[in-house]
Amino acid sequence: MTTPVATSELHRLEEPRRGFSLGQYLTCLMGVVWREGLRFLHQRERFISALVRPLVWLLIFAAGFRSVLGVSIIPPYDTYVLYEEYITPGLVAMIQLFNGMQSSLSMVYDREMGNMRILLVSPLPRWFILVSKLMAGTAVSVIQVYAYLLIAWLWGIEPPKLGYVTVLPALVMSGMMLGALGMLLSSMIKQLENFAGVMNFVIFPMFFASSALYPLWRVQETSPILYVICQLNPFTYAVELIRFALYCQVDWKSLGIVFGCTAVFLAGALIAYDPSKGLIGRRGAA
Amino acid sequence: MSCAPALLIEHVTHAYGERVALDDVSFTVARGSCTALLGLNGAGKTTLFSLVTRLFAARRGRISVFGFDIDRDPGEALRRLGVVFQARTLDLDLSVAQNLRYHAALHGLGGREAKARGAEMLARMELSGRAGEKARHLSGGQMRRVEIARALLHAPRLLVLDEPTVGLDINSRAGILRHLRALVAQTGLTVLWATHLLDEVEPTDEVVVLHKGRILATGSAQVVIAAQGKKDIGGAFSALIAEPATADAESPQ
Repeated sequence: MTTPVATSELHRLEEPRRGFSLGQYLTCLMGVVWREGLRFLHQRERFISALVRPLVWLLIFAAGFRSVLGVSIIPPYDTYVLYEEYITPGLVAMIQLFNGMQSSLSMVYDREMGNMRILLVSPLPRWFILVSKLMAGTAVSVIQVYAYLLIAWLWGIEPPKLGYVTVLPALVMSGMMLGALGMLLSSMIKQLENFAGVMNFVIFPMFFASSALYPLWRVQETSPILYVICQLNPFTYAVELIRFALYCQVDWKSLGIVFGCTAVFLAGALIAYDPSKGLIGRRGAA
Repeated sequence: MSCAPALLIEHVTHAYGERVALDDVSFTVARGSCTALLGLNGAGKTTLFSLVTRLFAARRGRISVFGFDIDRDPGEALRRLGVVFQARTLDLDLSVAQNLRYHAALHGLGGREAKARGAEMLARMELSGRAGEKARHLSGGQMRRVEIARALLHAPRLLVLDEPTVGLDINSRAGILRHLRALVAQTGLTVLWATHLLDEVEPTDEVVVLHKGRILATGSAQVVIAAQGKKDIGGAFSALIAEPATADAESPQ
């Protein structure tokens, strides 16, 4: 079509090397985590509200219900525990649930503002970009959880010291599961305004129909149907995984279910963000 | 790969539901050329850019960048591609330097290399003094120049810009086009930019006329003008889009 510019006069652009090194993948991952961290630091209100929400449950709700809702000896506890102690793992999972949905909100916002495009035109594989984003969101949620656990410790909730270490892999697993769910939802939400629906149809049902606030045997006594729903709810297993890990134990069933759900949600999100298969491309909404 | 055009678009068709946005679109962009994709609003320019940048995949047809198929080998195609979208895509809460650093990381560039390239690109865009400022404090023209600097950070060989000058004042428009043409002349970069502002086109530029999702003409601006028997590209463009889209209006290559 046209005569290219004479090569002798140019500082020619070099032909890039083919493929990407491990270092380039790591650079990309660190960049995505760094950006998510910066966003988190810029949104101090987000950090405060992430802490206030579970603390209201811990300091007000649990204190009020302590005498009403006794908890008998059930694994992983080897003695009777106060209600505050029982709901702490549920509130930890609640932080991660809200963080996962917050990440989903951020992705919808980024899509509306156009920032998402910069992410999606990266030459690194899209699955890697999305997994990096997921890991970044999980890292942020883990920081929030440890801040909450510190305040809970000051309030007298004292799991074994080693539990603060053994809970970390469980937090990563549950954070990844809930983040992947958020990512999948973000592909389905057309506009930011629709996010209220996520609150009503995802966050609240998942939280309340789980073992976060009351043991499942109590639910079974009062409502067999709700018991079945709680058992079908992946969030229940995130809570139990965290509960056992906080007391230096592994609930293998919960681990398996959380792992499986993470794989399913992530696969759904990858398909949704795949340009040739996903919903994003079909709507032209990226 | 060595002789493949910078951009090859073959029989690309795309629809949103029942609405056909691109209908059997084919054209090439030669290496080292400065090509304007001309079309009115709704012509299909942004859809075409979304397909070229693999935001979504074409329903039919093939797109390749320097010989790398965008669907089969997206990594190699995208690393040769720099993109400036029509909508602003800077993170307004980050500084100019942070925006560049983030983009560099997404292309696997980090550390000193990313910093040096960022500084070089900002200097090229005459924005060296603004690196530490938050993006939200820049003017529209400056934001656009930062976006161009960012798009060039990973040393792409093809730069695609979707209406980069829309909404800018006349000085900013002229400045951006001057920068782009200098880049083409100095580095051999290939540029494809979409616009409906016909006064931006120079006689030596290549043009692709897109109207209602179909290509009406391709070739150098001079050739397209001559083929339509008009004095300037504005006249040629008006003549082209006045004709039925089915007419064979292809200008000589």
